[in-house]
Amino acid sequence: MFSFIIRRSLSSIPTILILIVISFALMRLAPGSPFSTDRGLPPEVLANLEAKYGLNLPWFEQLFIYLKGIIIDFDFGPSFKYKDRSVNDILAQGFPVTLTYGIWSFVVAVAVGIPLGIAAAVRHNTKLDYAAVGFSIGAQVLPNFVMAPILVIIFTLWLNWLPGGGWNGGQWQYVIMPVIALSTSYMASIARITRSSMLEVLHANFIRTARAKGLPMRSIILRHALKPALLPVVSYLGPAFVYMITGSVIIDIYFSTGGMGQFFVDAALNRDYSLLMGVTIVFGVMTIVFNTLVDITYAWLDPKIRL
Amino acid sequence: MLVNNKKMSDVVEATSHPMPIKGRSQWQDAMRRFKRNKAALISVFVLVAMIIISFVGPTFSQWDYETIDWSLIGNAAEMGAPQIENGHFFGTDDLGRDMFSRVMQGTQISLMVGIIGTVVAVLVGVLYGAISGYFGGRIDNIMMRFVDILMSIPYMFILIILFVMFGRSVYILFIGLGLFSWMDMARIVRGQTLTLKHKEFIEAAVAAGVGDFKIIVRHIVPNLLGIVVVYTSLMIPNLILLESFISFLGLGIQEPLTSWGALISDGAKTIQYGTLWQLAFPLGFFITGLFCFFFIGDGLRDAFDPKDR
Repeated sequence: MFSFIIRRSLSSIPTILILIVISFALMRLAPGSPFSTDRGLPPEVLANLEAKYGLNLPWFEQLFIYLKGIIIDFDFGPSFKYKDRSVNDILAQGFPVTLTYGIWSFVVAVAVGIPLGIAAAVRHNTKLDYAAVGFSIGAQVLPNFVMAPILVIIFTLWLNWLPGGGWNGGQWQYVIMPVIALSTSYMASIARITRSSMLEVLHANFIRTARAKGLPMRSIILRHALKPALLPVVSYLGPAFVYMITGSVIIDIYFSTGGMGQFFVDAALNRDYSLLMGVTIVFGVMTIVFNTLVDITYAWLDPKIRL
Repeated sequence: MLVNNKKMSDVVEATSHPMPIKGRSQWQDAMRRFKRNKAALISVFVLVAMIIISFVGPTFSQWDYETIDWSLIGNAAEMGAPQIENGHFFGTDDLGRDMFSRVMQGTQISLMVGIIGTVVAVLVGVLYGAISGYFGGRIDNIMMRFVDILMSIPYMFILIILFVMFGRSVYILFIGLGLFSWMDMARIVRGQTLTLKHKEFIEAAVAAGVGDFKIIVRHIVPNLLGIVVVYTSLMIPNLILLESFISFLGLGIQEPLTSWGALISDGAKTIQYGTLWQLAFPLGFFITGLFCFFFIGDGLRDAFDPKDR
């Protein structure tokens, strides 16, 4: 197990490097300079600006400087648009916000989805099961950008219970709607996957043996059925994490929470390449690290993988 | 004796010219099972109706999707509500453009993005997966490692960067979405190819000296079609979701063209003024359309793979 963890962690390093090189190459290939404006700058000014940001160097030197900055100093360089701020400043401002409601959404989706799926499978073909299936089918067509306006209509405009946007330092009233909007459809997917794999496991021979021995249902489910039933759920968590990270962009825009998504979209519209790269790389590294954790969990649940 | 002889000759007659026995192909079986699935069948009709309405509907409207009704401008919240008299069946949007025509236009674009993007993704994914699975060994290893890397990158960000770089035309949207969605298909196809390639008919083709590429295109791919059809039908709604996502951010489709995501985004921005129809109509079409695609996809999966229920 230990050597598996080491090997799996090492193999994520080239992926991270490839991610950085890809986003760097995309920025280099992008037509137009980040400093080209409608009015047009005099060529000397443009040359000076490019020299200041190191854009006049050959590309491999730029790549080397960029990589060195990230790896050694954890420095993503200056922002092209916000003249007095570095990418690190902006990341430090937006990242905690995104992380706060992101982690909550993930926890809620898992903590509600898995028990719901298990309950539906154990009480197969009862009202509870039908309700869970209905919920998971219905939530398929309610992605975050549909949930967000619906929640605002209900809780802000009609009931007037919750504020329709803002962050206010992460006060709980401001966190509830982003978390619900972001987690609902993934909660439904997790519940659906848990239910179908649990049903399959409950029909397996070793469960019949356990029942024949006279074990109580509770310990059959917790001790014998849960571990194999969770395998497909765990392998879904990796993609779900990626979807949630991308979904956070919607949440930031719609609820004006001031997280990374807002900066990302602004940077995309402003052609602020260094900020775009910074956000992409931070989110990418998070995804890769999380996928590594998912693989390790999977190996812990299923010893066949640890080869 | 005579009677018996007659009987005998009848039997001989009947057996010597056997009626051709009608076999049922996998496709006919699947169609039969699909037709028994009520939800899927109804979804097909609703979807076809939706497509027809989205193309025929605009001819019944006196407004097109980009003309501003100047008599309502600045006052859309009060006068832009849905009504028959002034021809705005679904009301108008914030700028006084006819919502009915815009929703029709958005439906066309969203369905087109879903279908064309899926075609691109399926072509790339099937070929990539079949090649990787068929050749196996080191090639397979490298190709699948590459897919793993692509899947562990939050590609939505890369896609948005691409849109920023190359401008935001509809064609970039079609191709970009397709090129970022083929990885799942490639994995599934590779797995199926691995089990197919040791079957006798492939061995026979190899023994007969058929070239590798021809074996993949003529013998492997046709045998994968069932599973490809199922995943294709599930991929269309996902691509529609992706496009809506990007358009919701204002980074996808460009004015005056529109799509479900862009319409929902516009509607969601104005709900505090009480113009609920600007959100409700696009949202209704979006939800109905996605439901239909999901039900059809589930129906096809059950039809092609009955044991998976």
